[in-house]
Amino acid sequence: MKSILVLGGGVGGTLVANLISRKIKKQIDAGEARVTVVDETGEHVYQPGFMYIAMGNQDPKSLRKPERRLLDDRVDLVIGTITAIDEEHSQVELADGSRLDYSELILATGSRILPETIEYFEQEAHHFYSEQAAGRLRKALDAFTGGKVVVGIASMPYKCPPAPLEVAFLIEAELRERGLRDKSDLHYCSPIARAFTIESVSEMATPELEKKGIELHTFFNVETIDPERKMVLSLEGEELEYDLLVLVPPHKGAQVLMDSGFAPRPGGWLPTDPKTLNVGGRENVWALGDATDLPLSKAGSTAHFEAPVIAERVAARVQAREPHAKESVYTGKVMCFFEVGDGKGTLLRFDYENPPHPPTPSRLWHVGKIFFNKTYYRIVPRGRGGTLEKRL
Amino acid sequence: MPTRKDHHVTALQLETNPTRTIDARGSFCPGPLMELIRAIREGQVGDILAIISSDNGSRTDIPAWVAKAGHRLVGVFPHEGYDEIVVEKLK
Repeated sequence: MKSILVLGGGVGGTLVANLISRKIKKQIDAGEARVTVVDETGEHVYQPGFMYIAMGNQDPKSLRKPERRLLDDRVDLVIGTITAIDEEHSQVELADGSRLDYSELILATGSRILPETIEYFEQEAHHFYSEQAAGRLRKALDAFTGGKVVVGIASMPYKCPPAPLEVAFLIEAELRERGLRDKSDLHYCSPIARAFTIESVSEMATPELEKKGIELHTFFNVETIDPERKMVLSLEGEELEYDLLVLVPPHKGAQVLMDSGFAPRPGGWLPTDPKTLNVGGRENVWALGDATDLPLSKAGSTAHFEAPVIAERVAARVQAREPHAKESVYTGKVMCFFEVGDGKGTLLRFDYENPPHPPTPSRLWHVGKIFFNKTYYRIVPRGRGGTLEKRL
Repeated sequence: MPTRKDHHVTALQLETNPTRTIDARGSFCPGPLMELIRAIREGQVGDILAIISSDNGSRTDIPAWVAKAGHRLVGVFPHEGYDEIVVEKLK
């Protein structure tokens, strides 16, 4: 029996499990193979929606769905915490002591946030990388009556590279709407020499920042917080005063990957082949999504385009055939929407060979992002995104 | 355990013998400088970090950040189709 084990029921794990089960349904029905997803909570969460809890009246309940409902009938689901991966015996151990065998292992364990690793983060700063934190930021914004707003990044890497810039734009638009703009100074701290890593996006975003009076601080990687002086301090030795501080918190890969020898400390990101998505040279272990160390956006979109590659490679191994050449090499493809405030957005689309050339911001792309947010559950994890992608 | 560095190093002609090599060729987002910043944050003082970049902007951006952040630029080594930019973490 070929046991395909997928660790993690986020967008990558759910999609890859569904795609594999469709490719090998004959083998599953004949009892020769099985596909199992292991997830800690059994709930599938649409993380891009958290920002909209803080900034857009998003109902948190609609961001969660039972994972079981998103998986094909042929995929098994085990709900539990993974405590170890025993490579010698090709088994995964769960917190209840049970063990699951694998012949093919797919690591879709995502990334986790650790705001507590920066002293005073939890008392002084806000973020939007969890439902609770986004709700707290929403309350802080509701109570805000004007002052210095600082948006910065205290992590590398982090989920969704455009997000802090998007939030800076959205906060500015809200303060203007509420008549608080004249009473507020807005600051955006970029870790690099410009507003955003992609030059063409930076060329679009920088005049927008200027037009909206958001002061851009470059080479400002947030390192520490001084709660008495209400200052945020950078790796580069600079400091900035704040009344409302919004920071991207530190991120790491799953602890079990480090403890089991699959990913190096301290970050916990899996060494992953950029084209085949194999982990550390292992022919029967793959990774996708946030869990990899690939120099790509940590975004659901990345997992979305990686999943079909792994599905084809795994199916080929199960069916003892060569993988189809076109479907089994990841090209680095990523596609993301990007909000610039005032109901406008743009689209970032790129791969390893082709940089993005985002269109001029317009209502179309903002509406596209909202449409995607609302239809995500029906289209993406179940693997129905092909048509949508072609339209974009 | 073979690492990604090992997988790629045979394809590269590296000028130095770094503690860690980050292959950021084809990286547009978050980009080579962000990958270096990540490696600096994860590394130890004294680590020699080599970032491989096919992005032309890295030749100026990375040395500028290294100077501002107080680390040492070991050198920028051009190769066919990419640069190897080597940095020592000083603090």
